[in-house]
Amino acid sequence: MSQQWDTAVSDEKPTEKARAIRARQRAIGRELRRMYDDVAQEPVPDDFMDLLRQIDEAEEQGGKKTS
Amino acid sequence: MPTSAPSRHAQKPAQNPESPDFKTELLGLVPFLRAFARSLTGNQEAADDLAQETLVKAWQSRASFIPGTNLKAWLFTILRNQFYSDRRRAWRQAPWDQEAAERIPGGGEDQIHSAELSDTVRALKHLSDEQREALILVGAGGFSYEDAAAICKCAVGTVKSRVARARKTLIEILDGGGSLGDVSRPAGGDAAREIMAQLDQLSPGRSEQVVAGKKRPK
Repeated sequence: MSQQWDTAVSDEKPTEKARAIRARQRAIGRELRRMYDDVAQEPVPDDFMDLLRQIDEAEEQGGKKTS
Repeated sequence: MPTSAPSRHAQKPAQNPESPDFKTELLGLVPFLRAFARSLTGNQEAADDLAQETLVKAWQSRASFIPGTNLKAWLFTILRNQFYSDRRRAWRQAPWDQEAAERIPGGGEDQIHSAELSDTVRALKHLSDEQREALILVGAGGFSYEDAAAICKCAVGTVKSRVARARKTLIEILDGGGSLGDVSRPAGGDAAREIMAQLDQLSPGRSEQVVAGKKRPK
């Protein structure tokens, strides 16, 4: 990781390269978070509520001891 | 209302699994289960199946949850285990559903953002499962390296190197992929500062979460 740039073939200062790489990484991080957050902010489909309701009912019928 | 996902970093004290509130707490974390599942599968349907399986598994094994530990990390561990065991049972399935992945943005209300998103998201499929999950947990999910390590059942250093390699690989892919190049556009001004602030929050050293993560049952 420490040799992501090659000073022998680049006129740019390593610090600028490093800064550019960090900027890229931030951009990628932003996109990943957007993907993740987009899904996390969707309303939860009814299926999930139904699922827990079914579990509830099954446990009621199966008696209090089920787990 | 903050711009990020609701309560991404919030760590309410996790309830006793026998408490009636436990179910409510599980339900409250479903959005994050869905997001993690989507990142792993790249497919909405498969992701919701996975998240539902996780919910049932979590409920069935709630007795093994230790109150006060990180419930979200516990759930993510279950989801991840379920993902890999499902995968073993269905080898023929594509590891990542690219077409579905391209639909991840969903609404498509923001053309530019959607285009950027699909580039990065599409590039995710070129990562190994291990690198992808580490990157998502740390980079998108807001987990500490320590919690991510516990979820992935590996050393903290391993998570760090997987995340680093994942980022490096993504940049190489995005650079090499012609139209994929736009993703790198640096954010300007306030946006950049905000991202920096978020990244700082994601850095290791968030000791409370770390402690919570260490106490988690296997």
